[in-house]
Amino acid sequence: MAQNLLLFGTRKGLVTYHQKNNGNWEYRDTQFLGAPVSIASYDQNTGTYWAFLDHGHWGCKLHRSKDGKNWEELEAPKYPEGEEIKEGIPASTKLLWAFSNGGSDRPGTVYIGTEPGGLFKSTDNGDSFELVRGLWDHPSRKTQWFGGGRDHPGIHSILVDPKDSDHIYIGISCAGVFETLDGGANWHPMNHGLQAEFLPDPSSEIGQDPHLVDWCKANPKVMWQQNHCGIYRTVDGGANWADISQPEGPANFGFAIAAHETDPEVAWVVPGVSDEMRVAVDNALCVCRTEDGGKTWKALRKGLPQSAVFDITYRHALALQGEKLAFGTTTGNAYMSMNNGDSWQTLNTNLPMVHSVEFAVVD
Amino acid sequence: MPTVKFTSNLKRFYPNLAPLRVKGNTVAEILKEVEANHAGLRDYIVDENGVLRKHVNIFIGNDMVSDRQTLQDTLAENDEVYIMQALSGG
Repeated sequence: MAQNLLLFGTRKGLVTYHQKNNGNWEYRDTQFLGAPVSIASYDQNTGTYWAFLDHGHWGCKLHRSKDGKNWEELEAPKYPEGEEIKEGIPASTKLLWAFSNGGSDRPGTVYIGTEPGGLFKSTDNGDSFELVRGLWDHPSRKTQWFGGGRDHPGIHSILVDPKDSDHIYIGISCAGVFETLDGGANWHPMNHGLQAEFLPDPSSEIGQDPHLVDWCKANPKVMWQQNHCGIYRTVDGGANWADISQPEGPANFGFAIAAHETDPEVAWVVPGVSDEMRVAVDNALCVCRTEDGGKTWKALRKGLPQSAVFDITYRHALALQGEKLAFGTTTGNAYMSMNNGDSWQTLNTNLPMVHSVEFAVVD
Repeated sequence: MPTVKFTSNLKRFYPNLAPLRVKGNTVAEILKEVEANHAGLRDYIVDENGVLRKHVNIFIGNDMVSDRQTLQDTLAENDEVYIMQALSGG
């Protein structure tokens, strides 16, 4: 019988909640206790659980499982000998930071995005990985990509077109959004309209800082991004981005964004105070929702704490499934809404720092 | 042959880890032998460029290795090599 799970990748392990028959969510177990989990995910295509570990001492590790309890360590993606991040700086995997399957027509194809900016592809469900050369060899990479918050550029978003598995977007901090139409052989930037306040030329095609990119799965020409410099939306597949931030906030700075699966006018963000502070806006927690393509935003606060709050929600820590939303924060709080964010219930106030949140429907 | 001893922290991932006597004239060479005995363990100690991970230390006797990039410190017949977790984070 299908079961609803909620996977939290946290600083101290993979924490799983499950939905009981009465509809309530309950803690189930913790895997990899003590180990930082940068991403926890479930691939519906193959029924595989994935956990990306970021051992501070021992490097990044990749694990997969068929049941979420018994895990197998695989060789994590590695940069080929001689590759460089920049001239004279050897490339090595610093963080496994994004996961996607390769499309429903290609079970066993998976992508992993990493810091320092390499995208890796497996066609054997993780037994082996290859660096996607077309992106790594992009002429802009060595000279125009750079780290934002981390030491080196990192791929945090991978979007595979549900109708064409050779059509993929990625988001890189800091470089911007790139698109391929041929399965990864050739890539081009798609950043027109973005404004990077931290660059001498804010409208530079390369060097933008999307924090996360998402899209309306039913209408993937409509894409959204929470950017370092605001919130942006495109209706033409990334050719032109429009700033849809609230000038006076709170929907402005943040990391996470979730696009409605079928309604291209609807998305959610979890705002924070801009880069130098990184705390909740006005020491209160809210999720902002737009229902008109970003023309207006509504702050949703019912059930969320409204005083003495410091939480930030990281980019992969807001999850959506139908009308359900869940997010986890830097200070270990986790919240769930069953009604599009109109009201929230507290799942946990004692988690470790939360890196990622994902709903999964498993057999 | 030098003997390699491991921090107990690595037993979390390799529960059967015990001191190993392995052939090798340099630290890099003995890490190859370590890998041959415990598949995947080398990845916990060095990155894909063979560079010692930031928070891992290797000692030969009481002396920390000087070459963290290519691990060319040389070993004598009866040296003991310690693979340790660096103290970091307080």
